[in-house]
Amino acid sequence: MGVEIRVEGLTKSFGRQVIWEDVTLTLPAGEISVLLGPSGTGKSVFLKTMVGLLKPDRGHCWIDGRDMPNLRERDMYEVRKLFGVLFQDGALFGSMNLFDNIAFPLREHTRKSESEVRRIVLEKMEMVGLAGAQNKFPGEISGGMRKRAGLARALVLDPQIILCDEPDSGLDPVRTVLLNQLIVDLNAEIEATILIVTHDINTARTVPDNIGMLFLRQLVMFGPREMLLSSEEPVVRQFLNARKVGPIGMSEEKDLSELEAEARLGRDPGALPPIPPQLMTSDGRIRRTQHAPGEWLRAHGVTPPEGSFIDEMGRDWLEEWPRYVSAMSADAGRPAEGAH
Amino acid sequence: MARAGKMADGVANVTLREPGRFFALSLDTFRALFTWPFQWREFLQQAWFIVSVTVAPTIMVAIPFGAILSLQVGNLIRQLGAQSQTGSTAVLAIVREASPIVTALLIAAAAGSAICADLGARKIREEIDAMEVLGINPLHRLVVPRVLACAFVGLFLNGIVSVVGIAGGYVFNVMLQGGTPGAYIASFSGLAQLSDLYQAEVKAVVFGITAALVASYKGLTASGGPKGVGDAVNQTVVIAAMALFVENFVLSALYFQLVPQKGM
Ligand SMILES: Nc1ncnc2c1ncn2[C@@H]1O[C@H](COP(=O)(O)OP(=O)(O)O)[C@@H](O)[C@H]1O
Ligand SMILES: [Mg+2]
Repeated sequence: MGVEIRVEGLTKSFGRQVIWEDVTLTLPAGEISVLLGPSGTGKSVFLKTMVGLLKPDRGHCWIDGRDMPNLRERDMYEVRKLFGVLFQDGALFGSMNLFDNIAFPLREHTRKSESEVRRIVLEKMEMVGLAGAQNKFPGEISGGMRKRAGLARALVLDPQIILCDEPDSGLDPVRTVLLNQLIVDLNAEIEATILIVTHDINTARTVPDNIGMLFLRQLVMFGPREMLLSSEEPVVRQFLNARKVGPIGMSEEKDLSELEAEARLGRDPGALPPIPPQLMTSDGRIRRTQHAPGEWLRAHGVTPPEGSFIDEMGRDWLEEWPRYVSAMSADAGRPAEGAH
Repeated sequence: MARAGKMADGVANVTLREPGRFFALSLDTFRALFTWPFQWREFLQQAWFIVSVTVAPTIMVAIPFGAILSLQVGNLIRQLGAQSQTGSTAVLAIVREASPIVTALLIAAAAGSAICADLGARKIREEIDAMEVLGINPLHRLVVPRVLACAFVGLFLNGIVSVVGIAGGYVFNVMLQGGTPGAYIASFSGLAQLSDLYQAEVKAVVFGITAALVASYKGLTASGGPKGVGDAVNQTVVIAAMALFVENFVLSALYFQLVPQKGM
């Protein structure tokens, strides 16, 4: 079961450089969230602050009733056991091979026998597509492989909170989609609260339940996927649609002359593209935290752009969903009832 | 205005914040020292590693040190007509002063730089962060074994410098200056006493601990990529060497105050 994370008024600066101010958001228990933002806006710093590796100037991060940044060191180590963290470069231990790296948390924190450890490690390596690479050292493999090994290590203890810093950078498009599927399946299985930092638009659009966006030292917006995908807010819109037109420039913010030039050319951001359906679990289960397509839009009276919620096979998920749900519950209901 | 502010900031950093953080790390390391279980494997690996990077240079430095002391002091003493006392002055100079200094420099330069480079590389690869997130205290796991290994190796290094230095002195005195082997050895205990050796060993342990703490602090606070690690290593050597000379002076002064000296 996942844990809710409540971030309140979190502010972080290094010396005089303010990274972000007054970030307030709630990661609902068991949901998948994505954090977006141009490079250098402090997404990695945000993840590190959440696990207590960096101390914020002020603010709180409530995890399971405990305020992470203001805990005593010993309690902090205790709360960290809830976390599985994938760092931006994998952060594998260079002196150990992949097997030992992934086995490390098991050997440190459990009393499992070596054969048990071996079984779990090989299973996780298989899961992230690293079967057969047990004896490789982190220095000998590609960045994408290090990432996946880091993910496997973050997952071995079945954490309740999973933080992933750009899990898909350095991966090819197919592996990225497979990795996304893996994350969704994982969430369905262990119901962990998941936060992913990513630059991959496709991931951001299809995977999460919630999206947040950092820009210019602020959390511009945080909310359900459909809210951000249908938002007219220029920063969010430019980023989620990977457009040139908008306030984000090469040096974080476009300067006035650039914006004026854009206005003179009469560039308008155009209509919003259709909202894609959310990625389903591979075995067709509905995740406990999954919302019906269009639910948020209906509740807020927003009409989705033309062509929304239609998948690759041309199915319209707004129509498909009720049938899907009843089929699912009919399937899943029987064994569950039998167990009672 | 802004520049003055920046400078004041820099000064405060060097005089207050950095030393403050360093002592905080030292205290935390001391606390971690008593945390079970002791990391024997890491300790032995590190001790072996430090031995491997320091022993050869130590011997290479100790031989000329002993020789030069013998030559210089021997000449002087011969002019004073006390040639039979060359042995005792060599022992005194080498055991009491030269060997702690040589040990200090080599521990700071060879062991300190290696420890700092290792920890710094781990820091910028985020291994240290990963370790903390996995619930492992890096001070307990990495720093404590390194500090103890450095102290332990310092102890032996000091012994090696003394032995090699005196042997070097002997060779030069007897072969080049026409001293007699008997007199050299017989005068050993003229000025020196056993407590000289003890104080040298205490110094070596203190130097080992200091150098390892400075190196660990610099390594664990490295930032800014590979160049940052390079800078940290450089600063480690400079800071550790300075700290060790200051400690050497303080310990020597204390020793002369506390332990009565032999006359001739
Ligand atoms: N330990 C640190 N000390 C000083 N500045 C840092 C540190 N870590 C990150 N920064 C700064 O914080 C900013 C945000 O970094 P980061 O979180 O890595 O960005 P992102 O992950 O969003 O690309 C950068 O400008 C970086 O220079
Ligand atoms: Mg980053």
